[in-house]
Amino acid sequence: MALFQGNNPIVKWVEYRLPIFSFIDAHLIDYPAPKNLNYWYNFGSIAGIMLVLQIVTGVVLAMHYTPHADLAFDSVEHIMRDVNYGWLLRYMHANGASFFFIAVYIHLFRGLYYGSYKSPRELLWWMGIIILLLMMASAFMGYVLPWGQMSFWGATVITNLFSALPWIGEPIVTWLWGGFAVDNPTLNRFYSLHYLLPFVIFGVVFLHLWALHHRKSNNPLGIDIKGPQDTIPFHPYYTVKDVLGLAVFGILFSLVLFFAPNALGEVDNYIKADPLVTPEHIVPEWYFLPFYAILRAIPHKLLGVIAMFGSILVLFILPWLDTSRVRSATFRPVYKLLFWVFVVDCIVLGYIGANPPQGAFLIWGRICTAIYFLFFIPVLPLVGWFERPKPLPTSIAEAVLAKSGGGMPEGAAAAPEGRG
Amino acid sequence: MAGHGDGATRRDFLYIALGGMGAVGGLAAAWPFVSQMNPSKDVLALSSIEVDISGIEVGQSIKASWRGKPVFIRHRTPEEVAEARAVPLDDLPDPQPDQERVKAGRDEWLIMVGVCTHFGCIPLGQQGEYGGWFCPCHGSHYDTSGRIRKGPAPRNLDVPHYEFLDDNTVKIG
Amino acid sequence: MTRIRTLLAATAVLATLTTAARAAETIELKQMDWPQAGPFGTFDRASLQRGFQVYREVCSACHSLQYVAFRHLEGIGLLEEQVKALSAEFEVTDGPDESGDMFQRPGKPSDYLPQPFENKQQAQAANNGAYPPDLSLIVKSRKGHENYVYSLMIGYGTPPAGTTLRAGMNYNAYFTGHQIAMPPPLTEGGVEYADGTAASVDQMAYDVTNFLAWAAEPTLESRKATGVKVVLFLLVFAGLAYAVKRKVWADVH
Repeated sequence: MALFQGNNPIVKWVEYRLPIFSFIDAHLIDYPAPKNLNYWYNFGSIAGIMLVLQIVTGVVLAMHYTPHADLAFDSVEHIMRDVNYGWLLRYMHANGASFFFIAVYIHLFRGLYYGSYKSPRELLWWMGIIILLLMMASAFMGYVLPWGQMSFWGATVITNLFSALPWIGEPIVTWLWGGFAVDNPTLNRFYSLHYLLPFVIFGVVFLHLWALHHRKSNNPLGIDIKGPQDTIPFHPYYTVKDVLGLAVFGILFSLVLFFAPNALGEVDNYIKADPLVTPEHIVPEWYFLPFYAILRAIPHKLLGVIAMFGSILVLFILPWLDTSRVRSATFRPVYKLLFWVFVVDCIVLGYIGANPPQGAFLIWGRICTAIYFLFFIPVLPLVGWFERPKPLPTSIAEAVLAKSGGGMPEGAAAAPEGRG
Repeated sequence: MAGHGDGATRRDFLYIALGGMGAVGGLAAAWPFVSQMNPSKDVLALSSIEVDISGIEVGQSIKASWRGKPVFIRHRTPEEVAEARAVPLDDLPDPQPDQERVKAGRDEWLIMVGVCTHFGCIPLGQQGEYGGWFCPCHGSHYDTSGRIRKGPAPRNLDVPHYEFLDDNTVKIG
Repeated sequence: MTRIRTLLAATAVLATLTTAARAAETIELKQMDWPQAGPFGTFDRASLQRGFQVYREVCSACHSLQYVAFRHLEGIGLLEEQVKALSAEFEVTDGPDESGDMFQRPGKPSDYLPQPFENKQQAQAANNGAYPPDLSLIVKSRKGHENYVYSLMIGYGTPPAGTTLRAGMNYNAYFTGHQIAMPPPLTEGGVEYADGTAASVDQMAYDVTNFLAWAAEPTLESRKATGVKVVLFLLVFAGLAYAVKRKVWADVH
């Protein structure tokens, strides 16, 4: 069902010079998607829209913000009090970052559950991790800009981590700061990079979607698309479903934005940065807490930094760590249990990250860090080898028909698919 | 079939309703992004100024700053007023009687934005061939009513909206 | 079944951790009902105006309110003419004049509330080294928000037996460490309210807290009102989207 027919002379004129209409047809309208995608598959498009929202709110906030250590905090209050709808734009941007991460984390865990990182989607998965890393860098620098106590001290703690690197550590930190401590030069360069990175993310998202469309989406059954009977056109099925998902996500976002806009933040950031007063507890934003817990679990400075970055970098080798030939956790009972243990472990790590690294918090922090890494090495490879998966359905179409009460009996099984 | 027809129109209604709501919601959501570029409340707070004119003697002028621009406030002499009113309108490139440029009963007070209507330089007071102002950038001459008489400027010096709050105070803007 | 077991495991872990958290001394603040709390809460303008009077007559001697301009006070229910008259009651620094000197003049609505000290160092010098913080954001910048500020105001009293107060400090039941440099600011009848309300310490604490809550977030009412409209719109929109989705997907299910 192509939306733009070739009869219109204007369409034909443009198409001949830049095939934008056929591009839209192929990738947004006729694009074949598996017919069995569930609501966990909404979060990719939600994340994309959150990126656009962050860019749009960010650009208009930049019209009123002043990136100077003496004026930044004041300019944010100017936005909150005097700029038309300034309070709305500021809260949208701050809470938008949180909801962007909520969408991306769910999107990531969905990929873990259904084996979307497995062949032939390894590079698609890599693009995703790169987007996550760029998001983290962006969010970290963005949080510094209001120049509150947490902005300043969070920046100080995290940039100081680089001093753990032997020999080059201290010069790198001085280079990052543009001085001998976090100060105005640091603020200015963070502002420049914070404005830049989201557009870099936009570019990587393009690569991410290109990779996706090349091999088509995975699906909850984890079995390949065999033919058109397994797919439905993106429009109207998934456009309409994405609108619904976005609306529900929007309700949740609005409830926080309008009725609890500071719930996800830190009260200390409403105090102007003071280099001579350290807050009682230096805590990053919630989406960094699990990594913060891992960092503080290791008693050695450099190893802690390596562990923290390692916890994300390990995701790059995941497609090769997981030796199972079955993609979806639906058919992998052992992996499914371990997946949920992993999810709980991440949540507990987040809670630990919010608390001082003492007593029970420290002990559990270390246990949960161990669980985190053990999940990847050696548990995942071992599970892949020794697990006996449940029988896979023959095709997506059969499974959908069976679910709706028709077609072949559910017992019909197929061999697990090899690497494509 | 009757049922099929009903289904088709109800489906269309739902689509149109959804699309319509989406469009309305989209416009409502877009408005703050447009509105934020309008002057903020602190800028609007300075959009009008009150000036104490009690100290300005006859034949004296002061310059006030309003919305980032200079405003000439001149306490004209009776001769300047008479001179302005004696000029035939046909002589003026931008015809305007002096009475239109001042407030009745306070004709001696001339209040104008001190920005040349040519390219925006600030004219110099009580200079030029017409006893008014002279713009040194491109040689525009303004008379005792601030009207353009000679030179490239297309319009008379702008008169802002103002009102006398009392004999000693004028509110501009 | 496995999911239930993992959920139980999670709760067990979190339970041990939360008890660990409670081991450190957490001061229970006095909990009050605040008119602006909740999704439909709005400011009590009569209380805001009394609170402003308390700020002006008591707190402004040491605490600045740097982000509030006179024109903002229309938000506590004052009319434009009242704001103009009020601002003229204050002396504001302006300048430099033609000789290069700064001078005092009556305030205008566009001016910000004058600050008691020229800089932080002067403030500290006048207060035994302690810095009286600016109050524009105090309610948002402290855990407990209104409850914290209120508790602090009413928390003064005689220290329990055996406590030694450090030099220049005052006992406060709700301040971390229980020793605060600020002497009790409110005394019974210390302010004569313009609207005739009895000025007990509790009343003044309540009113000034409400005023400071407004000062920290003057756009609160606008935010909540907009929120109600947005959420209602989205609920209807989501309902419609669901109906459309079901219709479109009918042939696949």
